[in-house]
Amino acid sequence: MTSLGARPLLDAVSDPAVGVLAVDEAPNPWFRPSYVRDNWDTILAYAGEHVRLTVAAVVIGAALALPLALAARRSRLLSAPVLALSTIVYTIPSLAMFALLVPFTGLSSTTVLVGLIAYSLVILVRNFLAGLQGVPDDVREAARGMGLSGAQTFWRVDLPLALPAFMAGLRIATVSTVALTTVGVLVGHGGLGQLITGGFAANFYRAEIVTGAVGCVLLALAADLLLAGVERLLTPWTRAAGA
Amino acid sequence: MNDFSRALLYLNDPLNWSRPNGIVDLTLEHLGISAVAVLAAMVVALPVGTALGTARRGAGLVVVLSNVSRAVPTLALLTLFAVSPIGFGNRATAIALAVFAVPPILTNTYVGFRGVDPEVREAARGMGMSRGQVLARVELPLALPLVMTGIRTAAVQVVATAGLAALVGGGGLGRIVNLGFGQQDYGVMIAGAILVAGLALLAELVLALVSWAATPGLRRLPFLRARTPGGGVGVPEPTASGVPL
Repeated sequence: MTSLGARPLLDAVSDPAVGVLAVDEAPNPWFRPSYVRDNWDTILAYAGEHVRLTVAAVVIGAALALPLALAARRSRLLSAPVLALSTIVYTIPSLAMFALLVPFTGLSSTTVLVGLIAYSLVILVRNFLAGLQGVPDDVREAARGMGLSGAQTFWRVDLPLALPAFMAGLRIATVSTVALTTVGVLVGHGGLGQLITGGFAANFYRAEIVTGAVGCVLLALAADLLLAGVERLLTPWTRAAGA
Repeated sequence: MNDFSRALLYLNDPLNWSRPNGIVDLTLEHLGISAVAVLAAMVVALPVGTALGTARRGAGLVVVLSNVSRAVPTLALLTLFAVSPIGFGNRATAIALAVFAVPPILTNTYVGFRGVDPEVREAARGMGMSRGQVLARVELPLALPLVMTGIRTAAVQVVATAGLAALVGGGGLGRIVNLGFGQQDYGVMIAGAILVAGLALLAELVLALVSWAATPGLRRLPFLRARTPGGGVGVPEPTASGVPL
């Protein structure tokens, strides 16, 4: 890339006999522990924003998805448009989604949050609905016959039976949201994604880019393991059955 | 005049479409990068998925691959390839996108071929078909719906994600979004966003029709599936490692 502003200047002063640019000679390792050490506070701050955005998006998404899924199970008239709309939202690229939100919410983390909620909502609604539809009708029938009210049926019958599907949805939504948050760099609130584009802008500084990328993957992995642990704790009967 | 009407104004100007590096050029570039990425992914994933699926082995590998690919941000891979010795540009973009297109194709191909009833294969062998004939005339038609789903998922994902390349010096329609953002001209940015989103939705629609036309047997348009009563309602395509981006 010869059009970089700094290059012609360096070219002029570099020794023609040597024939290489100082920039090309400078080491640009893929990872540098000293970079992580020196910028630990910055990395931690970005990671914190990343976690906050992810948690908020998944929690709000789940809070919106559950009533939608419950309503969609009740009537086929409602489930068709809910699923069709979710397919369309799912297909909209995140770059376009965030760009379309900027005129409303500006260059704030709200823009990123709203976009992330939309995606997690779409993923969760499908998985919640799949979980609820997996509850056998005769089991619900039996619950009603035993005199359980609607709310009691949900808490004591639907929820335990659909829990594995719910947790699977939450895990997919969380991991996807962690990855998607990086696109928030468009409005300057991409969590660890800021390191990725920041390193790119800082003369393609690889150590910073790799730190951001690896941080994202580690975050996704940690979140997935955490949710897997929660699932194990919440469904002790699956372990008892397996033993 | 608000940003959205400015976006419409931008889209209504024929010069914005026809000039060099205009919308037409960028769309073709976008589709070109996407096509290369999907084809490269197909070359890698289809044979591997077929081999693993017919042998009914490697389920763990396929699952791990599709899960890990979900955790890696596309932006990260696009940037990493751009700063690698490949250098940034359309080649790096295509490679990064191809990496993300492999898991959906591989998973669906694997599941499609694994799902072929062993008795059907047995019967075909008993009729005197060779190994190749069984593969081409029995297993492939049975696995085709899922294989096509995988290719469609991957292609839509690639078309949608190709826009991100503009954030790290790549080409394609994302450049309009990035340009509008850089100039604080939200009208241009929204116009770009509409184009990127429209292209992704169009790709989904066209590929749904293509896979419908290419699939033998009981045919049902993919977007009508939501209406079918019974077991299939609302179940997300189990193998589509569908991640929005």
